[in-house]
Amino acid sequence: MEKRSLVSINDLSREKILSLLETAGKFEENPNRDILSGMVVGSLFFEPSTRTRLSFETAAMRLGARVIGFSDAATSSASKGETLKDTIMMVSSYADVIVMRHRLEGAARYASEVSPVPVINAGDGANQHPSQTMLDLYSIQKTQGTLENLHIHLVGDLKYGRTVHSLLHAMRHFKPTFHFIAPEELHMPEEYRIFCRQNNIPFTETTEFNEDVISSADIIYMTRVQRERFSDLMEYEKVKNCYRLTNSMLQGSKKNLRILHPLPRVTEIAHDVDNNPKAYYFQQAQNGLYVREALICDVLGINV
Amino acid sequence: MDNKKLALQVSALCSGTVIDHIPADKLFEVVNLLDIRGMSTNITIGNNLDSKKLGKKGLIKIADKFFTDDEVNRISLVAPNVVLNIISNYEVVEKREVKMPDELHNIVKCSNPNCITNNEPMPTLFHLVDRKKGTLKCHYCEKEKNVNDIELL
Repeated sequence: MEKRSLVSINDLSREKILSLLETAGKFEENPNRDILSGMVVGSLFFEPSTRTRLSFETAAMRLGARVIGFSDAATSSASKGETLKDTIMMVSSYADVIVMRHRLEGAARYASEVSPVPVINAGDGANQHPSQTMLDLYSIQKTQGTLENLHIHLVGDLKYGRTVHSLLHAMRHFKPTFHFIAPEELHMPEEYRIFCRQNNIPFTETTEFNEDVISSADIIYMTRVQRERFSDLMEYEKVKNCYRLTNSMLQGSKKNLRILHPLPRVTEIAHDVDNNPKAYYFQQAQNGLYVREALICDVLGINV
Repeated sequence: MDNKKLALQVSALCSGTVIDHIPADKLFEVVNLLDIRGMSTNITIGNNLDSKKLGKKGLIKIADKFFTDDEVNRISLVAPNVVLNIISNYEVVEKREVKMPDELHNIVKCSNPNCITNNEPMPTLFHLVDRKKGTLKCHYCEKEKNVNDIELL
C-alpha cells in the first residue's frame, strides 16, 4: 500500500481537495461506518488540544477503529528526553496511522518521513493545521454551494492567525476575492500579499470593521485577537472592541452570508449573533468530524 | 603562457583544481564548506592576494582533486562568483562557475528556533524557491529566508 500522509494544505491539489470534500459529504450522511474495524489509530498530542483531539478521536471511533495515545507530552517519553523519531518509530509499530500535534514547526513533516505508517498533521506549532483548513473549506462549500468566486472577509488577527494563512493558500484554486480587516499591529504579512498578487487574487485592506465593510461578504471568517500579541495593553483594549461582530452589524448583509470562526471565541463575536441563522461556527466545528473521517480514510488509501 | 606563469603569485599546479576569485573575507568559509581539512593531497591556500576584480582575493589550489557538482555548488552559498579552474598538465582544461543548487542538504541551519531541525538530531533541508532573489525555504517549518542571511551548519 502506498504511504500517504497529510502534512500541509499546500501539498494538496485542487482535485485532491475537492475529492476529500466529497468524501466528507458522504460521512455527513452517515458518520458511523465500520470501515476501520480492527485498526488502531495513534493519537499523539505532544501539545494539549481539546477540540482537535476529540474530533480526530471521535472520527476514528465512528469508523470503528480503536485509539491509543496521549494528550500531553508530559505523559509521554518525550518528557524523558526521547527524540520524536524514536517515539514515532515505537508508536508506528503499534498503530496503523498516526495523528499528531506538536509545538515544533516541521515536526509532522519529519514524522511523516521517518514513520512507516501514514501521519496526519493535527497542528505543528505556528506552521500548518490542514484538517482545520479542510473543515473551513467544507463549511464554505456546504453553505455557499461552491468554492468559486466568493468574497471572503478575514477579520481580526491576520498576522499570527495560522488558520487564515492556510485558508488563503487553499483558496488560491477557487478564484476568491479577499478582504483583510485587521488593526495595524495585526495586519496581513507582506508574504501573503505577495502570494495574492502572484496568484492574481484580488484583495482589499482596511482597519475599519463595520456594517458597510461586510456588506459584500459571502463569508466572514472571524479570528481571536489575542491579548499576548500586544506590547501595549491600552492598544489591545482599544482594538479588541473594534473587531467585535454584533448582530446589528448584520442587518444589511447578504442573504447567503455565513460567519465562520475556528473557535474558541472570546469576545469577538457577540452572543446575540449565535441565534442568527448566518452564524455557522458551531456547525463548522461539527463538520470537522466528517472531514477528519475523510482524511483518516484517505491516508490509509481506503475508498469510501 | 610563460608570461602568465610569471605573473602567478603562487606556484603552478600540475593537476587538480584551482578555486579562484574567492572574496578574501569568505576564504575560510569556503575552506570549511569543502571539507579541505581532511584531504591528504598537496593543498595551497592563499589569501589577500591582489585582484583586479575584487581588490583582495583568496585562492585555493588542491592537487589531484576534482570536485563533484554537489560539492562545488555548496560554495555558491557564501561566494556566488567563484571560478573553478580544472588543471591538467599545467593547463586550464575547464573553467567552471558555481550555481546554487535547488536543494541544500544539511548545509544551512534554520534560523527558526521552533523548527524541528533545531530540536531533533536530524539533517536540515532547504529548497531554493527564487533563484534571482536568493530565497530559500525550510523543508520542515516552511519559513523562507534570504541566502545573505543564512547561517551554515
